[in-house]
Amino acid sequence: MIQYIVRRILQTIPVLIGVSILVFSMMHLVPGDPAQIMAGESAPQEQVDNLRERLGLNDPLPVQYFTYVSNVVQGDLGNSIRSGRDVGDEIGSRFWVTVELAFYSTILAVFIGIIAGVISATKRNSFADTGIMIVALFGLSMPNFWLGLMLIQWFAIGMDLPSWIPFLENTSWFKPSGWGSFSQIVLPVITLGTGSAAIIARMTRSSMLDVIGQDYIRTARAKGVKERIVIYRHALKNALIPVVTVVGLQFGGLLGGAVLTETVFAINGMGRLVIDSISARDFPVVQGTILVTALLFVFVNLLVDIAYKFLNKRIDLD
Amino acid sequence: MGKPNSYENILEIKNLQTSFFTKDLELKAVDGVSFTIPKQKTLGVVGESGSGKSITSLSILRLIEEPGKIVGGEILFKGENLLKKKESEMRNIRGNEISMIFQEPMTSLNPTLTIGEQIGESFRIHQGLSKKEALKKSVEMLELVGIPSPKKRVKQYPYELSGGMRQRVMIAIALACNPNLLIADEPTTALDVTIQAQILDLIKNLQEQLGMGVLLITHDLGVVAESCDVVAVMYCGQVVEYADVKTLFKEPKHPYTIGLMKSIPPHDQDIEGDLEVIKGAVPSPAEMPTGCRFAPRCPFATELCKTKMPELQTDENGNQIRCWMHTDEWDGVKDREVTVHG
Amino acid sequence: MMEPLHSMDNNQTSPSNSARSKRWNDIFYKLRTNKSAVIGGGLILFFIFVTIFGPLFTPYSPNTQDMVNKLQPPSSEHWLGTDNFGRDIFSRLIHGTGLTLIVGFSSVALGATVGVFLGIISGYYGKRTDSIIMRTMDVLLAFPGILLALAIVSVLGGSLVNVIIAVAISSIPIFARIVRSSTLSVKKLEYIDAMRALGASDRRIIFKHIFPNVTSPLIVQATLSIATAILSASGLSFLGLGAQPPTPEWGAMLSDGRNFLYNAPHVALFPGIAIVIVVLAFNILGDGLRDVFDPKTKD
Repeated sequence: MIQYIVRRILQTIPVLIGVSILVFSMMHLVPGDPAQIMAGESAPQEQVDNLRERLGLNDPLPVQYFTYVSNVVQGDLGNSIRSGRDVGDEIGSRFWVTVELAFYSTILAVFIGIIAGVISATKRNSFADTGIMIVALFGLSMPNFWLGLMLIQWFAIGMDLPSWIPFLENTSWFKPSGWGSFSQIVLPVITLGTGSAAIIARMTRSSMLDVIGQDYIRTARAKGVKERIVIYRHALKNALIPVVTVVGLQFGGLLGGAVLTETVFAINGMGRLVIDSISARDFPVVQGTILVTALLFVFVNLLVDIAYKFLNKRIDLD
Repeated sequence: MGKPNSYENILEIKNLQTSFFTKDLELKAVDGVSFTIPKQKTLGVVGESGSGKSITSLSILRLIEEPGKIVGGEILFKGENLLKKKESEMRNIRGNEISMIFQEPMTSLNPTLTIGEQIGESFRIHQGLSKKEALKKSVEMLELVGIPSPKKRVKQYPYELSGGMRQRVMIAIALACNPNLLIADEPTTALDVTIQAQILDLIKNLQEQLGMGVLLITHDLGVVAESCDVVAVMYCGQVVEYADVKTLFKEPKHPYTIGLMKSIPPHDQDIEGDLEVIKGAVPSPAEMPTGCRFAPRCPFATELCKTKMPELQTDENGNQIRCWMHTDEWDGVKDREVTVHG
Repeated sequence: MMEPLHSMDNNQTSPSNSARSKRWNDIFYKLRTNKSAVIGGGLILFFIFVTIFGPLFTPYSPNTQDMVNKLQPPSSEHWLGTDNFGRDIFSRLIHGTGLTLIVGFSSVALGATVGVFLGIISGYYGKRTDSIIMRTMDVLLAFPGILLALAIVSVLGGSLVNVIIAVAISSIPIFARIVRSSTLSVKKLEYIDAMRALGASDRRIIFKHIFPNVTSPLIVQATLSIATAILSASGLSFLGLGAQPPTPEWGAMLSDGRNFLYNAPHVALFPGIAIVIVVLAFNILGDGLRDVFDPKTKD
């Protein structure tokens, strides 16, 4: 087991190197002179030359790359062109906003996805099963930015309710923007989590159906175990093993998807920082944010793989 | 268990019918099967795969799943019809009074639960024991089925055990609550030959110790000869011959039984020689012959056999046979020599 | 056909041509009777039809502005209302259908071609080639979701073509992985060894024997990838990094609608519904294809 963990950690090293090369090259792949872009298009030649010298852009590429990596390892992601601030500081608290958003959305997706998937599988071909699977298909096919806008329209701007409903006049229950309070968190989390909930529901259903057909489920029934316990004690545990891997991938996907959700709900996270920086051509910030997100994703996947291996140990039939 | 002793047979099945339903077809997997298991005796059910043996055994525990359904007959366990029981009453019987072990020990144990949890579950459900007591009992059960260092084993997961060991665990689970009837569905088929004998001996010994009836399902007549008192030969969902084991082996009557016997290798010979095997294959349930179901493969079949289904005849000793050759209407060659191990 | 290997093609270990065509007949029959495949495929055909003939029949031109009638709710004159420039949303949606399909098809075609090539090379040659290619794919996969496409577009600059390129690149790894694993399983079969022993060239083995065996997982994945590609591309346009105004691209139209949620919610509503239906069609078709090609994963 420890051997596996060590091997798995070693495997991430080439990936990390690849990621850093890719992020590093972004700057140089942009058509035009990086120094000119950073200094601004109307900047005088002298200023551009100074910047080029200061950033080491005259050095050969391998040297530049090496400098970049050693800076990153020391926590120095460069300075923002727009604000002149340290990129690490620019990201700062926004990192946690995005992680929180992705984390809550994953929790929601796992919770709803697993419950829906189990209901679907155990009531196979019933009205509930068909209904859940159709909803899941829609969840999978919906652009989350559109869902976000619709949720804002329905539950933040709100609609007037008929007068016979007591106490509630309209449905403007939540806030359309920002991050922090409960009423600000609900809509973005639903927006971001829906797609993953759909994927997890479909996955749980098929995994559960697969497990329910296994011999050991028949053994449990032949033992006189109640159907509810057959499902939750004997089947679910086995069915969730493949779902675990998806959860890790989903969390990563949500980190990426947060870009759109943060834009829709005007949340000050890393996603919005990326978009704003792209339009301002503030490349150090774009690079830094993308690098941090990718590193986080690699790290989460590492954890999930180890967890999966641990769970799966009992399943190896050899 | 202090229940009234007013029954003679532990299990009596009368005209059991179990079918599987597709969109427009009813496939009769078990079609009017009857047999009886006297107290503490062993009934062998023999037949090729597809003969309905396993469906019969799952029907007894009412574990048939959609799209299958028990459509008729009676299953009298200790004189009470199981088909009239509520699901909750059935649950109290399963694993408690009637237990079952399955063919595939490799896949019949839950990979995510420890051996102890899986054996102990029976004690917890049926005897209301605590986790700790159940674990203690599980250790005893493992000892009973001959697993060394049981205290260590209860904490292990199935992947840590060999196939033979796992089948012993299955037996331990089945026998945990001291059942009156054990259904063993091909318990040794998936195991090595040497392990097979051990497992069969184990079942036999425990049967004597615990005094239970056994329903042994197998396609192996050798196993039947060694372990059974009475034998039902099944073909295509029907019993074609039913006799005590001595009579069956001395004078097999049904051509199918004879065919099966000819296909067992004699003990003192290598298996390399020509074994006589029954020609053809079991017809698919969707294309069942209208007459005798064995007629298409039967070397003696006549026009009568192909058009009309023979009834099950019972002789003075209670042995049964479903074959036109053994009726007065027989229109074929009467005095054909029928030999076994010819 | 004059090569000595001809006889190998028709022996039992290698699927013969007639067996293959029977298999395809079989698959077409199953597709016709598979509800998901029929519904999804029918919807897609409908959208293709709309792409070709729709623009001929739209009531308004997609870019004609009419500031007097801006942000009108749906009416008999403007079926789906008008946007902030008074443009007819229905006409714009019809004109945008083709863009959506083209972005979906072309980015997946591009990504799949590269991915299949890399996957086959990787699986067939193994060893160092394999590890270099697959590690590179791992690097691409390390950028979650839309982020890789975003990074690429940020470098290339925002335009519909660049969106196609970006989405294509981010779809390469999944094709490479799928094709690689199918290639590995085909490569293990004995007849491939036999062919090589008989002197068949790598190219011949790859095209005649390995490629046909990777087609079914490929078709399923391509269909599902088109759905994802359409979502990603519309997302990039929504962020202002894709189609530039006044292109009637659905994601960009949605983005216009953002600012008018209070008084004209229909501007954001209808493009979104259009995206959902197209993506749904590809997802349903993908599900159906998977049932047909790979029955063991079906429930």
